[in-house]
Amino acid sequence: MKNYEIRLSGSGGQGLILAGIILARAAMYDGFKVTQTQSYGPESRGGSSRADVIINNREIYFPEATNFNCLLALTQEACDKYLFDLRDEGTLIIDTTFVKNLALAADNTYELPFTEITQERLGSPISTNVVSLAFLIKTTGIVSPEALEESLRYTVKPAFVSLNLRAMELGFELADNYGK
Amino acid sequence: MAKVVKEPKAKKKSEKQKADSKKKVIAPEITPEVPKEEEKVAAKPESKIKELQAKRDRKTVIMQGNEAVSYGALDAGVNFFAGYPITPSTEIAEILAAELPKRGGVFVQMEDEIASICAITGASLAGAKSLTATSGPGFSLMQEGIGFAKITETPCVVVNVQRLGPSTGMPTSPAQGDIMQTRWGSHGDSPAIVLYPASVKESYELTIRAVNLSEKYRTCVVLLMDEVIGHMRESVTLPDLANVKVINRIKPTVPPHWYKHYDENQKYLSPLASFGEGYRFHVSGLTHDSHGFPTNKSTEAAEMMDRLRKKIVYNIRDLVQIESHEMDDAKIAIFAAGITARAAKAAIAMARYEGIKVGLLRPLTIWPFPDDAVRKMLRDKDIVIVPELNQGQLIREIRRLTKDKSESEVVAIQRANGQLISPQDILRKIKEVC
Amino acid sequence: MANIPQKVVHQYLRHDKKFPHVWCAGCSNGIVLGSFIRAIASMDVNRDDMIMVSGIGCSSRMPVYIDLNTMHTLHGRAIAYATGVKLHKPHMKVVVITGDGDCTAIGGNHLIHAARRNIDITVILVNNNIYGMTGGQCSPTTPHDAIATTSPYGNIEPDFDICKLAIGAGASFVARTTAFHVFEMQNYFQKAMEHPGFALIEVISACPVIYGRLNKKGGAPQMMKEFRDNSIPLTAVPKLPPEQVEGKIQRGILQEIVRPEYCAAYADLVKRVQESGGEQ
Repeated sequence: MKNYEIRLSGSGGQGLILAGIILARAAMYDGFKVTQTQSYGPESRGGSSRADVIINNREIYFPEATNFNCLLALTQEACDKYLFDLRDEGTLIIDTTFVKNLALAADNTYELPFTEITQERLGSPISTNVVSLAFLIKTTGIVSPEALEESLRYTVKPAFVSLNLRAMELGFELADNYGK
Repeated sequence: MAKVVKEPKAKKKSEKQKADSKKKVIAPEITPEVPKEEEKVAAKPESKIKELQAKRDRKTVIMQGNEAVSYGALDAGVNFFAGYPITPSTEIAEILAAELPKRGGVFVQMEDEIASICAITGASLAGAKSLTATSGPGFSLMQEGIGFAKITETPCVVVNVQRLGPSTGMPTSPAQGDIMQTRWGSHGDSPAIVLYPASVKESYELTIRAVNLSEKYRTCVVLLMDEVIGHMRESVTLPDLANVKVINRIKPTVPPHWYKHYDENQKYLSPLASFGEGYRFHVSGLTHDSHGFPTNKSTEAAEMMDRLRKKIVYNIRDLVQIESHEMDDAKIAIFAAGITARAAKAAIAMARYEGIKVGLLRPLTIWPFPDDAVRKMLRDKDIVIVPELNQGQLIREIRRLTKDKSESEVVAIQRANGQLISPQDILRKIKEVC
Repeated sequence: MANIPQKVVHQYLRHDKKFPHVWCAGCSNGIVLGSFIRAIASMDVNRDDMIMVSGIGCSSRMPVYIDLNTMHTLHGRAIAYATGVKLHKPHMKVVVITGDGDCTAIGGNHLIHAARRNIDITVILVNNNIYGMTGGQCSPTTPHDAIATTSPYGNIEPDFDICKLAIGAGASFVARTTAFHVFEMQNYFQKAMEHPGFALIEVISACPVIYGRLNKKGGAPQMMKEFRDNSIPLTAVPKLPPEQVEGKIQRGILQEIVRPEYCAAYADLVKRVQESGGEQ
């Protein structure tokens, strides 16, 4: 595999940096080289936030995503800001709970109200990051579902493992049923 | 669980790597209860210490730059940390606050950065291996204390995870604006040893090297980091502890009444006693004689100043480390450090794909400056591009070295706005100049 | 008090090093040094396990002359350096010798935080009400209306009550005496060093050459007489009418309590962490 660049974007508090760490660790379990970087403001909640994950078979030189193979946007602001750096054949995944206008119609666009669905199915929007990450992984096939599960178990605090595993299953289910 | 067909190539690689990492795990330090790769899925580490052991089991792990600095410090034998929280270096303090007590070491959060540099210097004179971590504003506050550690020739390490300045600047944004401060920040002439990693793995390695050099050369060594390196996570494989080379200060062998705190052997490295071991020596920030007592004699002052200079310049070959990347056939050279060097490597790959021969010279030791390697680069290459996240610091050093010749053109790429210089930015410049 | 011959002082000085000393004739620093040496001589303490740390100022030159482990550090930072030494080698007796400007102006932050932690360091603060070494500038303890080179028209600032400051910050042993009362001083030094926790002794002292001259205090003998006549023991305060207390230097132990000491607390933490295997 060549350099595969993923940007997870949204606002502070949506757990995107944690999602980035989970994805990076999963890629490592699958034997890839991986880097994960982030950018965030001073706010713990609110403000803009993004996590970049780059996956490669070989040494990764530049760790910031500049030309994404995949973009996850959980807010309108993030979507508007980063959409044009998505490659032509890249995958776009947006949360229609918050993203109402799409400036560009890409081929591989997946639209779902992740936050609404998570709230409805799991009782709280807190796991939207993992639901959308699982969706992303299942849709792109970039890492194996087993690696994601292993990474989740390792990365999140023990008390939250079962919640996050349910979120992961929900994400996989949404991906399997997408468009059906 | 739903199954997805994995890319076959990736699968193969993954199995090979797993096998490799298993081979590397065999080391005497590793306790049997460390979970193996297969078990880890089933058995979630129940306690923090188990998890940390798992992290430390020397397989390939995901690690943050600041985390690598912390573990590098511990593996180098650091047993004293005094610090004050500041973004983007805080993770180092947080990890050591959890780890040092387990090992019987000291972690103390001081009232400010000034107190932090003072406390680590005091602890070092009492025999500790000490380290502190900070960022621009704190590093500015520490300058007087860094000068004291240098004039009293006390080993200690200051990690500076750079952020955009001046002043409070942009706390979570990268910049390389402290390069000159690490060299000239403290008043008076005080030769510096400054190391500059470009990856998480190198952050680990150079932290160990920084601690080693501080012990060997009896001085304050600075580890200069980029915010991006400090905060980024990378998959890294740490070496077995048995393969980690640790240097400890030389202890005096003479009886106390013969001891000179600043004694010289031929390499300007002298034994160092600790407080509380019967040597009852004196240290002073005043210009001092070889016993450490204040002096106003110009001959003794000159001797002291010469010692400080010579122990660096007489040991350049031991201190300077550089990486030469695709330089042999290059027509254009890039000189860059830290994260900017990684953008350069990506740009070089793209340029070479298009047939443009470009190479990179990267300092791992930024002070003392790699004069000889840079002179050679300036002699051999037609064009030298110097990308840096500031308004022109490294390029001054390159220009300083152009005077004794070379027609080569020195081209700047400078940025100080909180954004990185991207591979595309460098590629554009390469195409412009070639 | 133990009867110690005068010669004992000589055994603790570095005769072959940097004598003569830098202090002016009539300065109180020598008296403080003498009292300190007699105090440690009468205590059962190995001087290899004792360290004196100072900052910058006249009194901070003291470590050069005394044969202990000694550190002459940065202006205001002695307590911070001492904290590093003490935390790494908690069995060592750590004494900080400092002045009013060094400790309460530039070093005020370190003073209050060391007091708050109650780390077992003894601070001997020689208060001469002025920056003597640099020629007589105003310090935080220069009295209101007093003359200094940076307050040529009289000092408009109120001065610090150092002992109250230390008590307020949490110091567990605080005493005040003057350079005239040498045996009292020696006694307080010993008590402070034996006290398990942060201790501060303020020694009101004479700077006849700078402060005395600027403020027409007469020579050293006059200033000493003033310390004798213008100070009262703390124990006498309740018995005297308020007008006889007003404006007097109150000598005595102002605070002596036992509360958890920082190095001991840290040792407990290490024990707890190691026994529990790092459970947070």
